[in-house]
Amino acid sequence: MINKLGYTIKQAFKQIFRNRAMSLASVFAITAMLLILGVFFLLIINVNTAAESVKKDYNTIEIFLQDQTDETASQQLMTEITGWNDVASVKYRSKDEALQILKERWGESGYLLDSLESNPLPNSIVITVKNLEGADKIAQNAKKLNGIEDVKYYKDTVDKLLKVTRGMKIAAMVIMAFLVIVSVVVVSNTIKLTVLARSEEINIMKYVGATNWFIRGPFLAEGIIIGIVSALISVGIIAFVYSRVIGSLGTELMTILSTPLVPLGFMTYNLVWIFLALGISIGAWGSIISMRRFLDT
Amino acid sequence: MITFDHVTKRYNSNIGLDDVSIEIGKGDFVFLVGPSGAGKTTFIKLILKEIDADKGRIMVKNREVTKLSNREIPMHRRNIGTVFQDFRLLPNKTVFENVAFAMEITHQTKRTVRRQVPQVLSLMGISSKAYKYPDELSAGEQQRVAIARAIVNRPTVLIADEPTGNLDPDTSWEIMRLLDIINQRGTTILMVTHAKDIVDRMNKRVVAIEKGRVIRDETGAYNRHRDPDVKTARDGMVYSRAGGLLNKNDK
Repeated sequence: MINKLGYTIKQAFKQIFRNRAMSLASVFAITAMLLILGVFFLLIINVNTAAESVKKDYNTIEIFLQDQTDETASQQLMTEITGWNDVASVKYRSKDEALQILKERWGESGYLLDSLESNPLPNSIVITVKNLEGADKIAQNAKKLNGIEDVKYYKDTVDKLLKVTRGMKIAAMVIMAFLVIVSVVVVSNTIKLTVLARSEEINIMKYVGATNWFIRGPFLAEGIIIGIVSALISVGIIAFVYSRVIGSLGTELMTILSTPLVPLGFMTYNLVWIFLALGISIGAWGSIISMRRFLDT
Repeated sequence: MITFDHVTKRYNSNIGLDDVSIEIGKGDFVFLVGPSGAGKTTFIKLILKEIDADKGRIMVKNREVTKLSNREIPMHRRNIGTVFQDFRLLPNKTVFENVAFAMEITHQTKRTVRRQVPQVLSLMGISSKAYKYPDELSAGEQQRVAIARAIVNRPTVLIADEPTGNLDPDTSWEIMRLLDIINQRGTTILMVTHAKDIVDRMNKRVVAIEKGRVIRDETGAYNRHRDPDVKTARDGMVYSRAGGLLNKNDK
């Protein structure tokens, strides 16, 4: 068994080396394909995390108060709101508190807010909704109240975000599927060349009584090796580029969007497995397709 | 060893073999003769199960070839050595590797390979060429390598498809002598050939096929006692006894 495996892998490396140019071409093609795939992957997981972090605010409605609305008036508003259906709790958030929260979100860049002469943020009332179905009604009612400036209601944003995310996911899936097929074709063509170059050998092997798997093995291994090499190269490139992106504009982007980017380590770890799985299946699939005609007896 | 029982094979409307029944015993040496397109290649392909018969039953070594599954074909072929007119050696492998290759396929240990390959090469008289590449060898030497490869796994049947077709007469006789030795060691040999002089002088069983039918099946003894230089109306071949029996001359 180990003997067999050793033979197969040795043959595969020999073939790859003998067909250097074509093997390299396949590696390039699959790597390019995986890179595009990787960009989509990064986009999707980042949009997903953004959506998740916004979702946390999903069950809250924030009512911004006009500056002239004093504490008594706000107290009255709060009492009124508490009486509405589906309201879990009502909380007053002063402009100082709001600034503090913002500072925390901005993290290291929070000191930037210290230079503000006056606090531009409004006082607000934060409503926590008991039942999400009732959120729409509460928001509509809140807009009719006196002394308020604006109602910030996250459901719309979240809905939009989820719709966009879903659309992106579907588009990415379609493009990924297309790319996978393209790379299978590329690999199968490369291997078909190796197979053609060795068709005489394959014929002889068949006459001497080699099993189909014995003949197929080295070609299969060849495809898999090409797949693994491409996967590792593309993960390397993506991890490198991503770390640069995080390093240069990442922190600023994060504070502005108030959502974190997916950390490099987590991303790389996941990407390695996904790409290896993809690379191996593309390689294996490609070689099986190209062999089928030759072993069909 | 090999039995054809009312075997018929057609290619579209063309006849490959037409209701052929024949029995080849263990240790037999049989010549398969006939004009091009008579069905000789079909006969061999059927034995190797490269193609399937339309009708009838083919048995090789008590196994019904016609009923083998695709998975069983490799094992079936390991029992049959094959030699071709064009040698079919791998050009990028040495003589030793070409022969060892047939053993690697059956996953023999390195030790067995190292023991068995030199034995076979010496039997074929090409020990000194072990580390040469096929294009450094003469045609006759290449055919010896091909035969070595065919017998290294000790098949019970050796099929030779015009093994002397590309060789000059002297070299042809050398190859025939080797085949005869292999046959005497117990291997059944089925040889397709056009060379009438070889068929006549070897004095073995001859099966003639024409238009997919067996038109003649004669044992060596019959051949030997046959009146020389008689043109038979049936096959239009000229028999001559000139040269005598090769294997007896050589020994």
